[in-house]
Formats: sequence, C-alpha cells, structure tokens
Amino acid sequence: MKQLKAKITENKKVAAGFYKIRVESAYLAKNTKPGQFFEVKCSDSNKTLLRRPLGAHRILKNGIEMLYEVVGRGTQALSGMKAGGELDIIGPLGKGFEPFPGKKHAILVAGGIGVAPLLALAEKMSIKRPGAHVIIGARNKAGLLCEKEFKKLGCFVMVSTEDGSKGHKGYATDILNHLLKITGCRSSGIYACGPHPMLKAVARIARLMNVTCQVSMEEKMACGVGVCLGCPVKVKAGGYKMVCKDGPVFDGREIAW
Amino acid sequence: MVSLNTKIGKLKLKNPLMAASGTFGPEYAELVDINKLGAYIAKTITIKERIGNIPPRVIDTPSGMLNAIGLENKGLHDFIKNKLPKLRGIKIPVIASIAGDSAGEFKEMAKALSRSGRIAGIEINLSCPNVKHGKRDFLIAQDEDATYEIVQAVRKATSLTIIAKLSPNVTDIAKIAIAAEKAGADAASLVNTFVGMAVDIETQKPVLGNVTGGLSGPAIKPIALRMVRDVYKKVKIPVIGLGGIMDHRDAIEFMLCGAAAIQIGTANFVNPLAGVEILAGLKRYMEKNDIKDVKALIGALKG
Repeated sequence: MKQLKAKITENKKVAAGFYKIRVESAYLAKNTKPGQFFEVKCSDSNKTLLRRPLGAHRILKNGIEMLYEVVGRGTQALSGMKAGGELDIIGPLGKGFEPFPGKKHAILVAGGIGVAPLLALAEKMSIKRPGAHVIIGARNKAGLLCEKEFKKLGCFVMVSTEDGSKGHKGYATDILNHLLKITGCRSSGIYACGPHPMLKAVARIARLMNVTCQVSMEEKMACGVGVCLGCPVKVKAGGYKMVCKDGPVFDGREIAW
Repeated sequence: MVSLNTKIGKLKLKNPLMAASGTFGPEYAELVDINKLGAYIAKTITIKERIGNIPPRVIDTPSGMLNAIGLENKGLHDFIKNKLPKLRGIKIPVIASIAGDSAGEFKEMAKALSRSGRIAGIEINLSCPNVKHGKRDFLIAQDEDATYEIVQAVRKATSLTIIAKLSPNVTDIAKIAIAAEKAGADAASLVNTFVGMAVDIETQKPVLGNVTGGLSGPAIKPIALRMVRDVYKKVKIPVIGLGGIMDHRDAIEFMLCGAAAIQIGTANFVNPLAGVEILAGLKRYMEKNDIKDVKALIGALKG
C-alpha cells in the first residue's frame, strides 16, 4: 500500500452516469490484485472530505483503470477531473478474489457497476477464460456495461435487464439459477459483485446448489485500512468484519445476509 | 533549532502533535512514520466487547464527516493481551482511551492498564455521542457531577497521566472542565464530536444506521476553537485542542487560543500524512517568526 499522486491519462464517460478513469503508476500496476480497491481523493474541496473507495477495473502494464458510477458529490467531482492532472490515491487496499482450488469453471455475476472488479478478474486471474460464464444484470440496456470486453476475452456473456430492453427480462440471478440447473456445475465457482440484494440472492443460490462463491461487498468507508471501523458487514460467526480490511471480497457463506 | 517539547501531566512529549482516538494506528505504518508524532491515542475500549452500531456508520457532509461507530472493540482483556503487543513498533507514548457505564468500570480499566506497563497515559472518553452509558440518558461530560465522579475514580485508580475528553454538546464546557480539574485530571482534551445527522431524500431515511452520529472535521473548527479558549481561561491544567484541524494553520490557531497540545483526527482519513505535515508546518512557522519554544504559542492570542 502506498499513497501516491498518479497522473490521470484518461477520464471518460462510458455510458450515461458511468465513467472510467485511468492513471499511470508502475507501482499500482505491479502490486494490484483483482478485487482490491483504492481510496481516491475526488477533489481538493472540503465539500467531499472523505476519499471514495473504487475497485480495480483493469490492471494494465503501467497503470490501472477504475470504472465508477456517479452517485454523489464525490464521484461527481471525480468525473470532472481531466487527463493530465494528478489523482491522490491510496492503495492497493483490501483482500482480492482468490482462485477456487480445483475449480475449472468460473461463473462471474455482475449487477450494474458490479462489472468493475470482475473485468480485472477475468483479465488477470488464472481462471479458464474461454468458457467462463459472465452474467451481467442491469436496470436497462443503457446500464449494461462491459459486455464487449468480456466477449473479447472469450467468455460466454449473458445479460438481463429489469425492463427487458435487452436480454432476459428480470434479474441476473434468474440466469444464474437456470445455468446451474442445466449444467449441474459441481465444479463451478461463482464470483459476484453488485447491489446487496443481488449478492444475497447469489449467495443463497450458491448455498442451495452447493457451489462455492465469493462476493465483493460495498459499504460507506472512511479510512480504508481498518482503523476507523466505519465499514462493517455482519458475519455469521457473530459481530462484524470490515469491508476495507477483511474484504471487500468475502466467502458468501461467511456473511450474515 | 526550535523546541517542540511538550509536557502533559507526567507525560513528556517530543512535540505537541497527537493522533486522536479511533483515527490512527499501526494500520497506517506503511504510509506514515507514526514515531514522528508526539503521542498516539488508541481507540476507545470498554470492559467488555462491544459489536458496535449497524451500518452505515460513516458519511461525509460538506466540510465534515458524521460517524456512529458505536465504540466497537473487543474489550479490555483483548486490548491488553492482543492489541498492545501489536504496538511494538510504536516508540512514542501510547495513551489508552477508556469508556464505561460506571465509576467501577472506569476504575477497573485504569488499574489494569496501569499494570500493563505499556501505557503512558489514559484518556477518559466521557463524551462518545453514539452509545448509551448504563441508565443515564446523557453523556458523562454533559454533567459536572458525573464528570467529577468518573475522573475522581480514575484518579484514585492510577498514577498515570489522565486526560478528560470533553463533549461540545453542552451549554458551558468550561464548567465541565473545571469539574474534571477538581477531580484530579492532568489535562482536558476538547472537543469530541457534535451530535448531528444526515438524511437521504431518495429513501427519506436517515443515512446512518444509528440515525444520529458525531460530526467532526473543518465544519466544527470555529466552535472547537472558541471552546478551547473558554476552557483555557478557566482552568490551570493543560488543554489539548482538537476539532477539524487539517493543517498547521489550524493547529497554530488552537495553540494561540490556549491548546498546549493538539490532536489530529478526521484529517488522518483524508491524508494519512496530515500529522507529520502539520508538524513540519508548525516548525516552519516558528522559525519564520523566531519562536524558539512552542510553549510561547500557548494562549498567546492578542487583543
């Protein structure tokens, strides 16, 4: 983990409300694992005092990319940053995705902006990419991200939209359920990132089908390193774990949904 | 060379910069040299484990942040057995922070911490706004008698330096500080956070799981500054100032208003190097203004 000022090489809109920022840093490129995140200072203004946690979207040769949705003052300010400027960034932070021992087949389930860390996983991890299934869910067609990128890697991509504007009308978890039922999928492992209700549903399906799953959780955060205890997630063992330090990736069975 | 030596009770610090409770720790060791600071105040502990409040626990607001952690900690025994050994790399004085439901609990914690031999001082957290203490429906630091009772209990239990951490959620903070001084506190630290809240208009619900939380950061600095001055004028014990200190200018303002030392809290989250940068800025200011000893700044406000 380092605190550094990284040069912004690109910060562009990829869809309505979604941006992708790329920064140059040999250190981050070398040390970041899929599933890890960064604490980003979105502006010098005290209007957005705390850093924002953003996941690694792509780990490049000489830098990293972060895909983000504009949801509040922080990400709004970040979307206004220009290439050529500097980004104050702390990272890489947290624990990333782990390979499933002995599992040959990966199923990636993304909801909305949840595609962000899963692309890094698909690109970098030692999962069998051609043949991996990627299920992307969104509210509507405009919110479906990274379909092309996953296809380029040779993944089987399936999409769902809540309004039916593209792919299956309904939820990503409908497709997951169906996929597991038709394939049997005993040797599959699920990686999921998305809204809490989706992760809860994924973990439930995984449990019922006896498939292991890793979920990348999100919570409002202050320090990002485990000092402030501001980003708890309730665990079955009792009490809380911290998304920033114990996660953001957890075994789905560990969480008290 | 300027002198930054600072004395708080029996504590001799190499400089007046302290990391505030719950905002700093060995987790930051990869980013900043903690040993450059004057002292480190650990996160508040209670006798028994507390699991803390339901999320969300933090949210930033313009020029500030709200937190409602709820004193999550694994308890006194775990702190002594498991946390203190992890502070091996910290060579500066380590100050424990304690909270409790009764004088008996405070006493027990103070005794155990004194015996540990690893603690240089105790900050008595009389002012966490996010937990209920026993049957009381007010914070200890909102009542002169309760403050006196708790500080006196700790004073009787330990010869270590004790610091009373006061709440700004009061009508007259100086009165509370006087009660702490009379009860034997070596210093008063102020201010803890202001009770506040945030609302999400989309869900029409409070943002924080605890509904209310403590406001810190630049938003509270002017009020904290005024309170430090109020207290400084009324007590003889050193005042430790905190509340939205983000840079060396803020730190110097607090010292001019009477702070003998200062604590950095929220700023650590924004910039983990805040403490060491403030220290460097303070030194530069003293050199530029030919101030040989940092003590000359304490309460030096003119007019």
